[in-house]
Amino acid sequence: MRPLPRVPRALVAGALLAGLAAGPAAAKVFEPETFMLANGMQVVVASNHRVPVVTHMVWYKVGSADEVPGKSGIAHFLEHLMFKGTKSVPPGEFSKIVARNGGQDNAFTSYDYTGYFQNVAKDRLELVMKLEADRMANLVLTDAEVDPERKVILEERRQTLDNKPASRLNEQMIAAQFMNHPYGRSVIGWEHEMRGLTTEDAVAWHRRYYAPNNAILVVGGDITAAELKPLAEKYYGAVPARPVPPRVRVQEPTHQAARRVVLESEQVRQPSWRRTYLAPSYARGAVEHAYPLQVLAEILGGGATGRLYKSLVLPGVLAVGASAYYDASAIDLTTFNVAASPKIGVEVEKVEAAVDKVLAEILEKGVTQEELDNARRRLQDAAILGRDSFNGGARTLGAALAMGRTVEDVETWPDRIGAVTVEQVNAAARHVLVERQSVTGILRPKPTS
Amino acid sequence: MFLRIAAVAATLFLGSAGIAAEALEIQRVVSPGGIEAWLIQDRSAPILAVQAGFRGGSAQDPAGKDGLANLTVSLLDEGAGPYDSQQFQGRLENRSIEFGAEAERDNVMVGLRTIADRRDEAMELLALALTEPRFEQSAIERVRASILAAIQRDAENPQSLAWRTLWQSLFDGHVYGRQSRGTLETVKALTRDDIVAYHKAQFAREGLMIGVVGDIAPEELKPLLDRTFGRLPAKGRSDAVAEAAAKSPGTTTVIRRPIPQSVVAFGHFGIKRDDPDFYAAYVVNYILGGGGFGSRLMEEVREKRGLAYGVSSYMSTFNRAGLVLGTVGTENAQAAASLELIRKEWRRMREEGPTETELENAKTYLTGSFALQLSSTTRIARMLVTIQADKLGIDYLDKRNAYIEKVTIDDARRAARRLYDPDRLTVVVVGDPAGLGAAN
Repeated sequence: MRPLPRVPRALVAGALLAGLAAGPAAAKVFEPETFMLANGMQVVVASNHRVPVVTHMVWYKVGSADEVPGKSGIAHFLEHLMFKGTKSVPPGEFSKIVARNGGQDNAFTSYDYTGYFQNVAKDRLELVMKLEADRMANLVLTDAEVDPERKVILEERRQTLDNKPASRLNEQMIAAQFMNHPYGRSVIGWEHEMRGLTTEDAVAWHRRYYAPNNAILVVGGDITAAELKPLAEKYYGAVPARPVPPRVRVQEPTHQAARRVVLESEQVRQPSWRRTYLAPSYARGAVEHAYPLQVLAEILGGGATGRLYKSLVLPGVLAVGASAYYDASAIDLTTFNVAASPKIGVEVEKVEAAVDKVLAEILEKGVTQEELDNARRRLQDAAILGRDSFNGGARTLGAALAMGRTVEDVETWPDRIGAVTVEQVNAAARHVLVERQSVTGILRPKPTS
Repeated sequence: MFLRIAAVAATLFLGSAGIAAEALEIQRVVSPGGIEAWLIQDRSAPILAVQAGFRGGSAQDPAGKDGLANLTVSLLDEGAGPYDSQQFQGRLENRSIEFGAEAERDNVMVGLRTIADRRDEAMELLALALTEPRFEQSAIERVRASILAAIQRDAENPQSLAWRTLWQSLFDGHVYGRQSRGTLETVKALTRDDIVAYHKAQFAREGLMIGVVGDIAPEELKPLLDRTFGRLPAKGRSDAVAEAAAKSPGTTTVIRRPIPQSVVAFGHFGIKRDDPDFYAAYVVNYILGGGGFGSRLMEEVREKRGLAYGVSSYMSTFNRAGLVLGTVGTENAQAAASLELIRKEWRRMREEGPTETELENAKTYLTGSFALQLSSTTRIARMLVTIQADKLGIDYLDKRNAYIEKVTIDDARRAARRLYDPDRLTVVVVGDPAGLGAAN
């Protein structure tokens, strides 16, 4: 609430990450209603009647991992350009119309999806549906609008990535982790390729993927399916379906050797350490490990009582923070992540050795029943807490469906977590914590010469 | 995840936050022991959030002990009553009780969020944290190490560096100019005695402000209030904080660093929350740089020219000071051009004020978006405390939109003239900007 940037306490970082890991779903709590439009557009309603407000979201089943080589960044660039006007809405007016109606809007791009949303009072829902359906069908792009926006995404890249050593390291680590799969490229794209993205590229992307049969409408908040259906049919139902190419991506080869990425920078005063392991997701690889890995991440990194914290932070000698993170939500393979921040004056390698010891112990002796019980319960609780916000359900459901999962998957998440056994967690650990599939990243100060 | 527009540091003020008054009713709940809380009962999810505000905050840090409030509140959940740190954390985590404590400049906020069926246990832990924290030396050293590492981590972070420098120049010599988190030197020097003394002075029933949101009825809340807050001492102690007229020398400071984008923080004096022109100023600032897309700064700097991903201005208020601040990130070659545009808009707003149309559009946004900020129980509970801290009255939610509606074009022009002064706009640039400051 105050202008000075705050840094989250290192102590709670693990807990925050664990919370995120629990994020993919929240179960039998959203109790969404769903229906399908005649043109193949899926519709989901997640009600929360606390205040007379709705979140209106359209998710497209396309993301940066669907880009072709040489055109990295086009998915995200088009997301920006969706605000540049249609046959009936002049450039730049979209957000202004939403704001004049007391609403807020934004959009986001990830590897596997692109989403647009407006949060508005319930009585303005029809207006934003009309606007959103309009730009699905009638986007108009010209160089006059595209050229300045290309500069904006380059500034966005500088701001979020190039100016930040930790983000630059992360970009290199992902590239090392995914040798062949497009997940190895940043969502925002490589700078030299971003510079070459054209109006024609953007128009082609929109034409190829922005079809109702490739989109999901999710509305959360003070609304029911019965209220929404006539509006959805009127606005989105009017957009004709058209063929959309299947999402076929090249896959990872067998990883033969561990990789190590070190970034040294004058901008860094305090070193940090991270490791990623190639891991299955809900949809790709040894998918039977997807739920046990979420429990494993919680046991390792769950706040101040997780194994990493107890070994690395609590004794007060080595580290000020340690965490584990895993998100099973991906169309293709994903990563299992471990991170630690050394105390001032402690060598990164010492912290790394301590993490390795914790992981070796898990592999050797496995987790305990008590750890399992606590972790499962905490994850299930997180699903209940996920119902707090009026738009949390819409976000969770939209992301899941855009990645090919079902409402049923989301709703049964707590049961699936609850069914995980000690043996499954141990098997998942053995499957994933494999050195040759890992990338270790170290961020450190540049030695002054 | 990349966003079309950077998530604006959400809701800097009540002015842009608010509640659909017709939807949520604030009840004043007074316990048998005389503890008052403001409650919004909400059964839409089995969740309860409690926030307690204590007057004081980091502005009470004694000279040379910068960071004391921050260290102290960071230790509240590190062992209390019969529980050591691991036992206390274990009880919180295994019951999924979220605990948070934060030292703001003028207040300390302590709160929790829990699933409603374990509220008694949660409130007991809150009571212990407030009244019987152990402050064990091992916990002090561990948390101190974490704060020191964070200070070190931010030492060369361009954003932190820019804001720290701007802050110090605006509040040079005033307690607000110090770093809430402290410096490596001051944090290293803090002792357990300092912490115990700060805790004793800070946490008392006098001046306590409580906000509760969620699945609980007033009659259920009353005994919990006594059990939780009744154990606090009646009175604490706080030192008066002097009024702080933000120094606004109008200088441009360049901190040269080898990064591709110049990070710019700028600002000068502003007005306080209780100023009669507050709402007019708030509306005007929305038009200049507070409103994301459609704001004059975004239009000129980003939309027309693509010079930045984000540019914004906002008002910041404290008990003893008001500020208007802003930020932009622009590639080094264009930093001077961005700044020139910002100054130009700063001046144009001062001299001409907003147009009638801009004023009307701002009002429809600010009143219509009132309910959108109510995204979680914790946020609403915090808002209830802020309404009390700013003495806005329990009917604020009903009146707030009318305050915005009442702003006339004359009010807006007057407020703009008071709020913006391009000649005193004080700027800090971190990066390698062309055409600004001395060459490297």
